[in-house]
Amino acid sequence: MRALDILWTLFRKDLRIEWRQRETLASICVFGVLVVLLFNFAFTPAGEESLRLLPGVLWIAFAFAGILGFNRSFAAERQNACLDGLRLAPIEPGLIYLAKMLSSLVFLAIAEVVIIFATALWYNFSFVPSIKWFVSIVFLGTLGYVGVGVTFGAVAANTRMREVMLPVLQFPVVVPIFIAAIEATSGALRGEASSQFASWVRLLVVFSVIFIVLSFLLFEYVLEE
Amino acid sequence: MRPGTIPAEHVLEVRGVSKYFGDFSALRRVSLRVAGGESLLIYGPNGAGKTTLLRILASLVQPSEGEIALDGVRVERHSTAYKKRVGFVSHQTFLYDELTVRENLRLAAKLFGVRNLETAIDSALGLFSLQDRAADIAGRLSRGLQQRVTLSRALLHDPDFLLLDEPFTGLDAASVVALESLLRQLPMQGKAVIFSTHDFAQGASIASRMLELDRGAVRYDGAMTDAPWAALRARPEEAVRG
Repeated sequence: MRALDILWTLFRKDLRIEWRQRETLASICVFGVLVVLLFNFAFTPAGEESLRLLPGVLWIAFAFAGILGFNRSFAAERQNACLDGLRLAPIEPGLIYLAKMLSSLVFLAIAEVVIIFATALWYNFSFVPSIKWFVSIVFLGTLGYVGVGVTFGAVAANTRMREVMLPVLQFPVVVPIFIAAIEATSGALRGEASSQFASWVRLLVVFSVIFIVLSFLLFEYVLEE
Repeated sequence: MRPGTIPAEHVLEVRGVSKYFGDFSALRRVSLRVAGGESLLIYGPNGAGKTTLLRILASLVQPSEGEIALDGVRVERHSTAYKKRVGFVSHQTFLYDELTVRENLRLAAKLFGVRNLETAIDSALGLFSLQDRAADIAGRLSRGLQQRVTLSRALLHDPDFLLLDEPFTGLDAASVVALESLLRQLPMQGKAVIFSTHDFAQGASIASRMLELDRGAVRYDGAMTDAPWAALRARPEEAVRG
């Protein structure tokens, strides 16, 4: 019960800080939409070609928006050594990870909604026919991506070139997530039977669960100097 | 107050602690025993290892060798029971710039599981006359006011051991007097105060005991009244020359 209370307290703290400074959400939304827009101008896809490009374009936009968000999510903690302030508290270090993961998930999910709307508009594409699977895949992919991103965001927060270090450290690890997410999104958007992309969805679930559980258990070592 | 004049309910022990950062040894086999009711000044020139020792005691840094024990029991990594009994004031404020003073204190109080939250916060605010600043955004406060909030934050959960690293930094005259008075009162309530300062006279007027560190090793550990005063006065000059 106390763990849930702590989790809620830390999560609300992140939301309140974001509400006051409005930096993370604004920047990741704008950046994600710009990526989609640039791809649209570069390829000017139409019809079947849109369907072929869309999954990749969407996940590239999510990836870039996410990397910006993960860097920002630890900016407030670096200020005045607030992360040390959290480490002084008699709480399970994994709760700091879970709270940061939840707030990053909310911010990235909001950005993804904006990016998907912009994509539907510019690519003249309707996500409605495959909405159930599409939303599930985006959720699972984002969950896994955020699970990894927060861990490496915390690692990079203690390094000097953190803005550079984060993508360098993180992208090799999240490659399986993006491959699975793009393949599954592609299948869902084409209207294929779910059995045809179910293995990719399973991979997303397994990867997310393993990484989140491991990060929760090992986060105390990540936070150490 | 001399060490040992108050029954030691709580004992914090540092047993042969060393800390290496690569090839550099910040602490070398430091051993120390601090009981409730003691007020310990950690003194030494820059780079002596004062901050590292305090950060190890606050469990922010793990020692490379040795261990910390509380009431005879070895403190495990991230021991919540230990953290509940320690308050720490660092060079950094640990304050979120975007939150108000009260929100910062409320966050700390919740994380430390403080009961009667608002009463405890009001009481902590009152210690350093911060009641009128409770609704102010922490990032807009002066350094001195932020330091007062940091001190209030460290005392919120009524710790048995208060660790302070250069706590007088940025404080105005009135706040310095209030903090000095508090640091003298806490040992009388059975709490232990462990602090570092560069102002030797100020530290000597508060502490009952002194630990002098020099390049990571203990140079003197004993009662303030028995300290080799003349030698102590000479050492800062040695440090400057050296």
